[in-house]
Amino acid sequence: MRSLDRLRQSYDEDSQVVVQDRKSPPRMIFSDSEILLEELPIGTRVVFSNPPIEPLSNWRAAIRWAINHPEQSDPLHAKLRPGMKVLIAMDDISLPLPPMRTPDVRQIMLEIVLNLLADSGVDDVHLLVANALHRRMTPQEMQRMVGRKIFDAYYPDRYTNHDAEEPGGIVELGETEMHEKVRISRKATEADLVIYLNVNFVPMDGGHKSVGTGLTDYLGLRAHHTPHAIRESKSYMEPRHSALHGSVNRIGRIIDEHVDVFHIETCLNNQMFDGPLGFLGKREEDFTDFDRTALAGLRWTLSKTPRSLRQQIFHRVPAGYGLIAVAAGKTEPAHEKILEACRKQCFVRVKGQSDILVCGIPYISPYNVNSILNPLLVQVMACGYFFNMNRGIPLVKKGGTLILTHPCMDEFDPVQHPSYIEFFHRLLPETTDAMELHHKYEREFAQNPSYVHLYRKGNAYHGAHPFYMWYWGENGRAHLGQVIAVGTENQHVPKLLGWERADTLAEAIDMARGRQGRSAQMTLMHHPPMVMTEVAVSAEEEARLLGEGEPHRGGAARKPGYAAQGEP
Amino acid sequence: MDRAAFFDVDGTLISTNVVDAYAHYVFNRGTIFGMANRLLRGLALAPVYAAADLYNRKVFNELFYRAYRGLSEDRLVELAGDLCDRVLEPAVYPGALDLIAEARRGGCKIVLCTGAIDITMAPLVRLLGADDLIANSLEFVEGFATGKVIPPIVEGAHKARRIRDYCTSHGLKLELSHAYSDSLSDYPMLAVVGRPCAVNPDPRLRAHARTYEWPILDLRSTASR
Repeated sequence: MRSLDRLRQSYDEDSQVVVQDRKSPPRMIFSDSEILLEELPIGTRVVFSNPPIEPLSNWRAAIRWAINHPEQSDPLHAKLRPGMKVLIAMDDISLPLPPMRTPDVRQIMLEIVLNLLADSGVDDVHLLVANALHRRMTPQEMQRMVGRKIFDAYYPDRYTNHDAEEPGGIVELGETEMHEKVRISRKATEADLVIYLNVNFVPMDGGHKSVGTGLTDYLGLRAHHTPHAIRESKSYMEPRHSALHGSVNRIGRIIDEHVDVFHIETCLNNQMFDGPLGFLGKREEDFTDFDRTALAGLRWTLSKTPRSLRQQIFHRVPAGYGLIAVAAGKTEPAHEKILEACRKQCFVRVKGQSDILVCGIPYISPYNVNSILNPLLVQVMACGYFFNMNRGIPLVKKGGTLILTHPCMDEFDPVQHPSYIEFFHRLLPETTDAMELHHKYEREFAQNPSYVHLYRKGNAYHGAHPFYMWYWGENGRAHLGQVIAVGTENQHVPKLLGWERADTLAEAIDMARGRQGRSAQMTLMHHPPMVMTEVAVSAEEEARLLGEGEPHRGGAARKPGYAAQGEP
Repeated sequence: MDRAAFFDVDGTLISTNVVDAYAHYVFNRGTIFGMANRLLRGLALAPVYAAADLYNRKVFNELFYRAYRGLSEDRLVELAGDLCDRVLEPAVYPGALDLIAEARRGGCKIVLCTGAIDITMAPLVRLLGADDLIANSLEFVEGFATGKVIPPIVEGAHKARRIRDYCTSHGLKLELSHAYSDSLSDYPMLAVVGRPCAVNPDPRLRAHARTYEWPILDLRSTASR
C-alpha cells in the first residue's frame, strides 16, 4: 500500500510523472543503440514525455494560411516582385532527431514557396542550408530533405551548404550595443528577400537563432558560443533565461535592420516512434503482450548485432513526426507563437528537484546524424542537453548526482569529427577548464587549415565545434556533484570526463545514495521521446534558483566588448 | 607568424612526380639523338628505378638523379618554366590552392618540402604562392650536372631534419606547424611537426593516419557543394 505522501505526490504532479511502486514494471533505458530494461527502486519518479499532440490535418493548407496571414508583416506574395533576388535558407540535418519521414516538412514548405515565387515571376532563387559550423550535408541528405524534383532543379549550383570559411563569403553588418559582431552570409545580404524555413523541435531552436547563427561564421559565433554566455544561461530551453539567446536576439535585430527576413516557423510533435517500433514511445504500464514480445525480440536482436550495424539500423529509421503549428512573418512574433506550441509538447510539470537524476543516452544527438556518438557528444548529451532540459530550474539539485547509461566507447568518426579527436585526446588530458580551453586553443583549432579544409570540402564539423560541445556541458559540470556512467566499456573515457563509472544501474544507484543519502529522491527522465521538465518549487526557491532581481543581460553583456577582444 | 605548413609536392599537391619532370627534360633535349639516347637509357633502367623506389626512396633518388648527368644548368632553368606551364600546372589538384590559402589564413608560412630538384620546383613555388622551398639541388660543374645531388638528399628522415632546422632558423614553432604528405615514406616529416596530416594517402599511410588519428584530406576531388 502506498503511503499518503506517495499518493499525494502521485496526484499532485502532472500525469506524465509516475512514481515507481512494487507493481511497477522495469523501465526501458537507452544506452547508445541498446535498450536496457531496468528495475528502479520504489519511490523513483519516472518522467514521461507528453503524448504526441494531434498533428494538423492539412499541412499544406496550414503553411499557406500562415504565409498569407503572417505576423507583423505583409503576406509573402505581397513582398514578391518579378526579377527580385531571393535566398531561401533552411535548418540543416541536426533537426529534427531522428530525421523525419519524407516528405520532410522543409520540402513541403519549399514546394509551396517555390510555386509562389514562380507565379510571381521570381526566378533568381538560391537554396541555402544554414549549417553554420556544422558539417555540410551530403548530396543524398540534401536530396532527402527537399525531394528529388527540387534537388534536381537546384543542385548543385543553386542549392548549397553555407560555407562559413568561404573567402569573401561573410559580410560584417556591424555590432550590437554590447559589441557583438554581426556577421552573416553575403548571399543573405545581397538578396532582396531572405525566406527562412525553420523546423522547431525544442524551444532552443528558431527565432533569431536561425539566420543569426545558421548563416554566420566563427567570428560571428564568438559573440555567444563562449563559456561566459553558457555560464550565464540558466536554461538553453527557455530563451528568457538564456544569455545565449539574449545575444542572438540582439544580433538578429541588427540583421533585421539590413536584411528583409520573412520567417516561416514550424513546430513538430514528438512522434518519434511508430509502426513496429511504436512500443518504444509507450509507457511500460501500457504494454500489451505483443509489445512485450516485440521488446524482447528487439533486445535479443540488438544483443546479437554488432554495434556499428545497430547504429546504422537505428539511423535508418525515420520518425513519423507530425506538424502541430506553423507561423510566418517577422521573426520574433512568429517565433513566439511557435514557442507556445513547442512548450506545450515538450514540457512536463514536475514537483520539486531531485537528488539523483537518471538518463539513458541514446545513439543520436544533433551532431552525429549518420555517425557515431563519440565521448564528447555523450558528454554534451548528458551535461549539456539532458541536464538542461528545463525552463531554468534544473531537475536535479545543486551538488546532485547524474546517472547516465552509455558504453562511452572511445570511438570517433574521422569524417565528421576529425577535430574532436585531437580535442579529446590532446586537450582534455591537459585541462578540462572551459575558460582555459577557450583562451588557449579555440582559435588555433578554428584556424587549423586541415580542419578548415575538411569543413569546407568534406563533411566535417568545424575545428571550433568540439569547444562548443565542451562549453555546452559547462553548467551541468558546475552544478552536478557527481556523474556516474553506467556500462562503460573502458575506464579512461569517464575518467577523462571527470565521471565515475559503474557496471550496472543498481551499482550506480548505490554509489549515488552513498553520496546523497539513503533517502535521496531519484528521478528517471524517460527518453526518448524527448521530455523536458518545468520544475515547480516555492516562490522563494524559484527566485533564488533563477537569480531573479539581477537583471539578466547575457554573457557578452556582462563584459561589453569581450567578444571583440583579440579579434584579427 | 609563428608556424609553418610544410607541403610535400608530388602526389600531395600535384599528380605528377619526378619522373614526369625528367621526361619533360628528355623530350626537350634539343637533338633527336640526345633525346633517343636518354629515353632508351631511361627505359632500360625503369625496372631498376622501380625496385629501388620499393626498397628505399633515398637509393631511388640517388640512382634517378644520375640520369641528369650532362644536362646543362641554363637549359634546365629554361625548361623549368615550360615544364611548370605545360606539365605541372595542369596537374595541380583541385583542392591544393584552397588548402594553401587556408593555411595562409591560419597564419602559416607556406613551405614546399620535396625530393624533386629545386630548379624544377622554383616556378611551382611562384604558381602556388609558397614562401619557401626545401628541395634537392643537383651538383653542377662548369654549368653541367654531375648526376649527383648535393647531400644530404631531401627524403625520409632528412626531410624531418630540414624542417626542424627551418623552424629553428626562422623562429617558428615546430609543435604548431603542419605537414602534409601522401606517402608513408614521409612519415618522419609528418611525425616531426605538431600537426601532421595525410593527403590523398596511399593505403599504408591511410592506415597509419587512422592509427595515429591524423586528419585525412583528399585534394583530388573537385570542390563539392
